[in-house]
Amino acid sequence: MALLEVRNLEVSFGLRSGAVKALRNINFTLDRGERLGLVGESGAGKSVLGFSILNLIAKPGRITGGEILFEGQNLASMSDRDLRSIRGNRISMIFQDPMMTLNPVLTIGQQMVECLMAHRKISRDNARTIAVQKLKQVQIPSPETRIDQYPHELSGGMRQRVVIAIGLLMDPDIIIADEPTTALDVTIQAEIMELMVELCERNNVALILITHDLGVVSQVTQKAIVMYAGRVIEQGPTREIINDAQHPYTQGLMNALPQMAIPGQRLNQIRGSMPGLQKIPTGCAFNPRCDYVMDICHHQLPGYTASGNCQVACHMVAEMKKSAQASEEV
Amino acid sequence: MIAFFIKRLAQAIVVMFVISIISFSIQDNLGDPLREMVGQSVSEAERQQLRDELGLNDPFLVQYGRFVKNALQGDLGTSYFFKEPALDVILAKLPATLELVFGASLIIIFLSVPLGVYSAINPQSLFSKAVMGLSIVGISVPVFLTAIGLIYLFAIELNWMPSYGRGETVDMFWGWESGFFTADGLAHLVLPCVSLASIMLPLFIRLIRAEMMEVLQSEYVKFAWAKGLNPRRIYFLHALKNTMLPVITVGGVQIGTMVAYTILTETVFQWPGMGFLFLEAINRVDTPLIVAYLIVVGAIFVITNTIVDLVYGLVNPTVNLAGKK
Ligand SMILES: Nc1ncnc2c1ncn2[C@@H]1O[C@H](COP(=O)(O)OP(=O)(O)OP(=O)(O)O)[C@@H](O)[C@H]1O
Ligand SMILES: [Mg+2]
Repeated sequence: MALLEVRNLEVSFGLRSGAVKALRNINFTLDRGERLGLVGESGAGKSVLGFSILNLIAKPGRITGGEILFEGQNLASMSDRDLRSIRGNRISMIFQDPMMTLNPVLTIGQQMVECLMAHRKISRDNARTIAVQKLKQVQIPSPETRIDQYPHELSGGMRQRVVIAIGLLMDPDIIIADEPTTALDVTIQAEIMELMVELCERNNVALILITHDLGVVSQVTQKAIVMYAGRVIEQGPTREIINDAQHPYTQGLMNALPQMAIPGQRLNQIRGSMPGLQKIPTGCAFNPRCDYVMDICHHQLPGYTASGNCQVACHMVAEMKKSAQASEEV
Repeated sequence: MIAFFIKRLAQAIVVMFVISIISFSIQDNLGDPLREMVGQSVSEAERQQLRDELGLNDPFLVQYGRFVKNALQGDLGTSYFFKEPALDVILAKLPATLELVFGASLIIIFLSVPLGVYSAINPQSLFSKAVMGLSIVGISVPVFLTAIGLIYLFAIELNWMPSYGRGETVDMFWGWESGFFTADGLAHLVLPCVSLASIMLPLFIRLIRAEMMEVLQSEYVKFAWAKGLNPRRIYFLHALKNTMLPVITVGGVQIGTMVAYTILTETVFQWPGMGFLFLEAINRVDTPLIVAYLIVVGAIFVITNTIVDLVYGLVNPTVNLAGKK
């Protein structure tokens, strides 16, 4: 049994103009210690997916279908009390902006100790000792003094280390990191990412890494999911997706990467932009931007086609597979 | 800390200077104090002589200079009506007014925080909507109407509460008569405090609700949920502490404003406080008393603002009172 299995997950936002689906038909699995990259343009639904795994979608959002099986228990239908014993304990989250994630009026220590005491029968002193240890693990210098400081006394990089330390506090099974380095100074992004990955590896923690950066995905993860307009359009082993992207959108993302381009040449941006949730075109949501668009793309939602070890939601890929199969049979 | 107090002191001096200029210069325009002080029978020559003696014929700056010099020695002039030092007359009425403001503040704090927090957490509930609706009504009803309504209902129709005066008081210290320690004194406090609170209460409920709703959307509250904390801890520690920061600042200013509002409340309830005295002083053109009142109210403003700043500094760790990093 996979550590985490998401089945047909659907999340909707009840807006004044009616309900819109932010996530549709999401399926994936995550094994113990595995690292999964979640990529896609802004607004694709990556953060919504991250939060819905913890069943933490804020109103007016709601999980409207599917299951989130964590060690076989369905988080989508679990009571609040039981969910609380999982949040921050078995599955924890790291947010994007460390300047905003920590409560400005509570000390680092208070924010760590409260988490330990919420999940474990433990004295305040013991909790503090563990907190200091964790701060040491994320390489915060002189953690005994830092622990009594307030967030504003720490730099952005330091704060994100603290957030990572809080994420690791309970030795969770899964960490969901939503763009954990985007808000940081470029010079320390790699350092923080490396630290996080190393700690996950050492403690056999599975990581769901949400990011815009395909380069990071290729370095860090074993598995990747590409999202577009609330749907998974391609998923599979990271290496296959990076080296041999099948979906025109994924190919477009790859071509837009600076390191993929020939020096001196203009980057190949995908033309147009992703539609808002209310304006998703019928058929394949990517059809207005696709260079290979066919008739069928305008009126039929593509199903998933197996390609190597990947799943791809694209009519063209499906067609190619079919004709390849047909020619094999002949 | 010392730097903070020096800065505060400088501010206080500026504020008091402005208040003294304003209050001193209006006394020229309030009518002729002599008319109130002496009867019809006094001749014009005697009046002129009295004016000279009182220094009322001196140039403005000379009068003001004399005023400041005396004020610095705690002498704000002698009330024309009471024939006693104006400051003493005012300060004797200060406890009554402060107790009124204190009682109203207690009502505001103990009602606005729970109501504001509840309606921020459950914005869709019927109760929250009722609170929000009533607060709009509360904001738009003038104080004297509330006061008269309260007197009519609870004092006249139901006869539950006394309608005027302070009732029985206890002498505390330095002549501070308190109404907080006798049943009768407390009963007399209820209606005036409620009507004084009625102006600010709806504002505070709405302010707390709005701030709290914003804080509940913040990343650090989301992070607190993701840590699996108890909702009570999230609402009443993580969210409330941040909610109260702007509320404390606004609250400090409003306490000062409330002192001014006591003029209305005290008049309706014939509450023997500074506000009531102030209105009487205006009627009698008792200028030294008017000036003394304005200066005491100004001082209360400065003091409450300093206290609020100190409290704010204690709650908000990013504020450094000492001004050092
Ligand atoms: N509270 C909300 N109410 C309504 N719609 C929402 C809400 N939160 C998110 N959405 C919608 O859900 C969609 C997915 O948003 P999400 O934040 O998951 O995108 P993302 O992929 O994380 O983007 P980014 O890379 O910018 O973080 C967006 O179209 C957004 O408009
Ligand atoms: Mg996001």
